Amino acid sequence: MLQTNLEHIESEEQLKELIENNEKVAVCCGRMGPMCIPVYDIFEILQENYPDIQFRDMDFDIPAAAMIKGLPECQKFWGLPYTIYYRNGKVVKATSSIQSAKEVKSIIDEVFA
Amino acid sequence: MKRYDVIIIGAGPAGLAAAIYTSRAALATLVMDESSAGGQVKTTHQVANYPGFVEPIAGHELAGNMRKQAEKYNTKFKLAADITALHLSDQEKCVEIGNEDKYTAKFVIIATGSSPRLLNIPGEKDYKGSGVSYCATCDGEFYKDKDIFVIGGGNSAMEESLLLLQFVKSITVIHQFDELQAEKITADKVTMNPKVNILWSHEPRAFYKEENKMVVEAENLKTNKRIRLERDGIFIFVGLVPNSAFLKNTPIQLTKYGYVITGPQMETNIRGVYAAGDVRDKRHRQITTAVGDGTVAALEVIRKV
Repeated sequence: MLQTNLEHIESEEQLKELIENNEKVAVCCGRMGPMCIPVYDIFEILQENYPDIQFRDMDFDIPAAAMIKGLPECQKFWGLPYTIYYRNGKVVKATSSIQSAKEVKSIIDEVFA
Repeated sequence: MKRYDVIIIGAGPAGLAAAIYTSRAALATLVMDESSAGGQVKTTHQVANYPGFVEPIAGHELAGNMRKQAEKYNTKFKLAADITALHLSDQEKCVEIGNEDKYTAKFVIIATGSSPRLLNIPGEKDYKGSGVSYCATCDGEFYKDKDIFVIGGGNSAMEESLLLLQFVKSITVIHQFDELQAEKITADKVTMNPKVNILWSHEPRAFYKEENKMVVEAENLKTNKRIRLERDGIFIFVGLVPNSAFLKNTPIQLTKYGYVITGPQMETNIRGVYAAGDVRDKRHRQITTAVGDGTVAALEVIRKV
């Protein structure tokens, strides 16, 4: 269970519904580890500045995370967290491992502009 | 333009401790950070040496508590903030964020801490998270029964190697010296493990990926000869660097390694500008010493207001 202030995705249905019903979605899938926590925190800060983007997190070890792990974009990922950006239901960017606030903002500006 | 009594740059333990003191003294306090609050502590799995906690506390919980404590006394936060300009010489200091926001205060406390050092060689950034890693706890299990490199020979490299040995088939340590810098007890545990071999006096010059293998091009520092070795992954633990790059064009005095020089009361060479925590030039860098530095800087500011 992730201890963050973000809304958690806990099932495949929740994730499907989220990306089907929202134009811009960012999901950080990880554990409570040193590379993941900074990204959750950055999401938490940015969700105030980008109200049109749905920021969520997801526990890497729950069955529903298979939906993220199985994405073609993640097949070469060997580092947590997996961060996925969806636009209109499609993956537009995926990153592996820690990202700084600057990097996350730059991705958001690029893929959600 | 928004005016505060004190601006604290950096929201780790030093900055948050300072904020708790200045806010409790009713000084209008702004804490800004290029990332989120908590500094390196929030990425520490368990903290067992911070007084007051009989059982180890999760780093993110300790950091979260420090932030809540500061907020309780009315500290304001500006997080994920990119500092674009810094004017420290005048009596009224000014920090600019982005293109529009300007914040002024008579006192500034720099508490930006330090970050893991990068090698800054070709391939390092390209393969981050897909062959290059900086965290055994996070990524070790991706390398179960694989052969990996560990770059570095200090305490963190050896401690992380011990963790990695639970997963991997073999570790090749690449180290620039002829001996490990880590504490002997930890270093011995690693070197005596039959799954470990060490490439002494070598430094990586580039990383490549060939098919599914990571290739390291390493230079022998004695002969300058380069060799190519391949494994499944690379873990890098080569120490810390102070987060002081943003001070390079300011009059703040830094050591040749980039640490901020202060006096015993944490004041820098610029009147009204203090530094606290890991970014400061000092011998010991612990959460407790960062909190101590932040406290001293804050008390000095309170005394001078």
